[in-house]
Amino acid sequence: MWKNIPLLPESASTIAGEYDLLWWFLVGLTVVFTALIFVGVLVLISVYRKTKDSPPATQIEGSILLELVWTGIPLVIVIGIFAWGTALYMRHSKVPENPVEMYITGKQWMWKGQHPNGTREINNLHVPVGRPIRLTMTSEDVIHSYYLPAMRVKRDVVPGRYSQLWFEPTKVGEYHIFCAEYCGTKHSQMVGRITVMEQDEYERWLSGSTGEAPEVAGKNLFESMRCASCHPVEDGQTMIGGAPARGPSMVGLHGREEELKGGAKVLVDDAYIRESILNPMAKIVAGYEPVMPTYAGQLGEEQIIQLALYIKSLKKKDGN
Amino acid sequence: MATTHAVAPAANGEKEPKSFWSDGYGWKSWLLTVDHKRIAILYLVSVVAFFIIGATFAALMRLELATPKGDVVDSETYNKLFTMHGVVMIFFFLVPSIPAILGNFLVPLMIGARDLAFPKINLLSWYIYVVGGALTLLAAVTGGIDTGWTFYTPYSSTYANGQVALAAIAVFITGFSSILTGLNFLVTIHKMRAPGLTWFRLPLFIWAQYATSLIMILGTPVIATTVFLVALERVFRIGIFDPALGGDPVLFQHLFWFYSHPAVYIMILPGMGVISDVIACFSRKRVFGYSFVAFSSMAIAVLGFMVWGHHMYTTGQSAYASMVFSVLTMLVAVPSAVKVFNWMATLYKGEIHLTTPMLYALGFIGLFTIGGLTGLFLGIMSIDIHVHDTYFVVAHFHYVMVGGMVMAFLSGIHFWWPKMFGRMYPEWWGRFAAINIFVGFNLTFLPQFVLGFMGMPRRYHYYPEEFAQLNLLSSAGAALMGAGYLIIFVYMLWSVKFGLKVGANPWKATGLEWKIQSPPTTHNFESIPVVDEEAYDYGRGHAKHGKEASVVR
Repeated sequence: MWKNIPLLPESASTIAGEYDLLWWFLVGLTVVFTALIFVGVLVLISVYRKTKDSPPATQIEGSILLELVWTGIPLVIVIGIFAWGTALYMRHSKVPENPVEMYITGKQWMWKGQHPNGTREINNLHVPVGRPIRLTMTSEDVIHSYYLPAMRVKRDVVPGRYSQLWFEPTKVGEYHIFCAEYCGTKHSQMVGRITVMEQDEYERWLSGSTGEAPEVAGKNLFESMRCASCHPVEDGQTMIGGAPARGPSMVGLHGREEELKGGAKVLVDDAYIRESILNPMAKIVAGYEPVMPTYAGQLGEEQIIQLALYIKSLKKKDGN
Repeated sequence: MATTHAVAPAANGEKEPKSFWSDGYGWKSWLLTVDHKRIAILYLVSVVAFFIIGATFAALMRLELATPKGDVVDSETYNKLFTMHGVVMIFFFLVPSIPAILGNFLVPLMIGARDLAFPKINLLSWYIYVVGGALTLLAAVTGGIDTGWTFYTPYSSTYANGQVALAAIAVFITGFSSILTGLNFLVTIHKMRAPGLTWFRLPLFIWAQYATSLIMILGTPVIATTVFLVALERVFRIGIFDPALGGDPVLFQHLFWFYSHPAVYIMILPGMGVISDVIACFSRKRVFGYSFVAFSSMAIAVLGFMVWGHHMYTTGQSAYASMVFSVLTMLVAVPSAVKVFNWMATLYKGEIHLTTPMLYALGFIGLFTIGGLTGLFLGIMSIDIHVHDTYFVVAHFHYVMVGGMVMAFLSGIHFWWPKMFGRMYPEWWGRFAAINIFVGFNLTFLPQFVLGFMGMPRRYHYYPEEFAQLNLLSSAGAALMGAGYLIIFVYMLWSVKFGLKVGANPWKATGLEWKIQSPPTTHNFESIPVVDEEAYDYGRGHAKHGKEASVVR
């Protein structure tokens, strides 16, 4: 029964090695200190246990020197491991260049994934080995948490905002996806598999599916929701009758800094676009009137991501 | 160790005055009492009842988790079980256990007072506790709650099934019980100490109660308000936490942990007070580095308020905020370590008696050390990311709460049992159960550290096959531990009627509570004592009480 029981998690990402090094250092520290205290207590009670002819206790008030020693040593140790752990965290927060972008939407009780070419999957995620993967995630209902133990990463998936998580798989194979934040009745079934594949195999897998690229879906949405009646999507485009557009142009918008009414600045990213669709009055760009209606309730989280990706694809013609 | 079970002969053959047990027998004499000792007994009965309820939920969970498939109950029931286990154990057992039972009984006795400062408020706090508890049980039987004891939004406020609003109101009400008890202790300790009993002559148990009371009155209003807001959002759809209503779900976590992390210290600090008193008594020594132990309680109380964000590293909280929470969390380890080292130094050159309370105290030192050190893992940002919300966390806080706090509670209950009841529990069974619980506890929770590192998330009804063996081990350990609790329950009940009668000071301990008869009279002290000695003056105490017949020789 006890044969072949894994007692360690798989380690399949670029950060797992560094993570495990600190982990085992801490385990060592814990074992050493615990042993010290257990053995210390056992020795003390065997030496000073009351017997027929043991001497009476010697009253000792204390020792400032000892107090300083056993305040100082733990202090140095904990500050040391804090520094190590924090340095690691900061290093692991930096996303490498050119990650593969994927989108995850959590809902009770499934994980919906979307690939750059529009391929979708539920409770599974296929990724290429050796490439950094960045997940942009949101939830349609409650807080979930996307957890890949083999990659040593986890990030809460919060309704009403985007959160991001990245990892770079190093080992081909199948690993767990767990929801780590309790989310209701079938929380323990909000699980799946992440499949790490060789690059060419991943491409073959992708081409086997027939999905609409998310920015194409976004373009269709943009048209069907009549967004274009206020927001130009081409350089210099004007509205019917030559009137100026009622809303800011979408061309080259993503990634730009916009000045707001009142002088504040905002970086146009996925989160700002999402906010502007659902709560248009929150941040009005300078020079425009607050006339946009909310689309809350009319668009799902995945559709909002598609719109953001479409807007992102609208680059200025000259390439800037 | 040689023990004699002899009754101390009453001085001059005079009959002892009637104890508080004999001061009225009808139900009114109990339900309308303002005697702190009787209120402590009321708390003892009700807190133990809640412990049994909470333990039953745990037993059912471990039974379910013995196999990977959810085959004992369905998922919804399982979720309700762990929610109720958490709510009952935290709000109705761990928080009130030592303060409301031992604190109520002992604070006036230890400081030479005839009662707490506000006896009627003390009774009121018990009634509030009972009302809160009754409402919680009502919520449990009329639909239950499945939010987890953490009530995370927007799940709790919008999506959860069952009686969330009722349970939230129950927790809100129960909070006032803590606040009133804390207030009562603070005033009592400030204003009612016997002449000569200066701050630095107080038993460390009193220091611990003082620090705990501070956290109770500062922290509890925040949790009460927070769960009340959840109830408001759930019932009236006021947008506070649910983003669909314009709220912020992460705000809830800040408010929740602002109380609930310090609450961990509400639970553990009184236990540390017990351990100091017990170790001093059974080493026949004053506590090594008294003022360091006293001030470390205060340091923990203060630092404990500034570390709540370490529960939120994975929420997307700013890395710089996380950094501050992380370093402050690391600092809490220092006063905790100081306590452990001072307790060990107290053993050095002592006369150690391995009685039941002492076994629990020594167990506390070891298990609290493991609980504390594994807390460091979770305080470190990068390490927490992987094990956050896994069984590693479950194991860690059970090492602190059960390995620490429950051990301390059992230590204290055994230690002061003869003072409360005038009778001794059976020592052999006491030690047997202590060792039984120690082994069972470790078997239950050590495997969970491994499960957590392997990545098993907490609150999972079904789990993958590869975690099966370790979970089975854990369930077996829980059964062993449960048997230990059952043994204690039986012999304690037995001892109330059949235990050997003891005199004022069976342990030959120092402290004012041991200078009056067991059980004490309603008014505790015939005349208010004048204190002229340090706490734990075992050097002097040894000579003074040397001739008195007692259990410990």
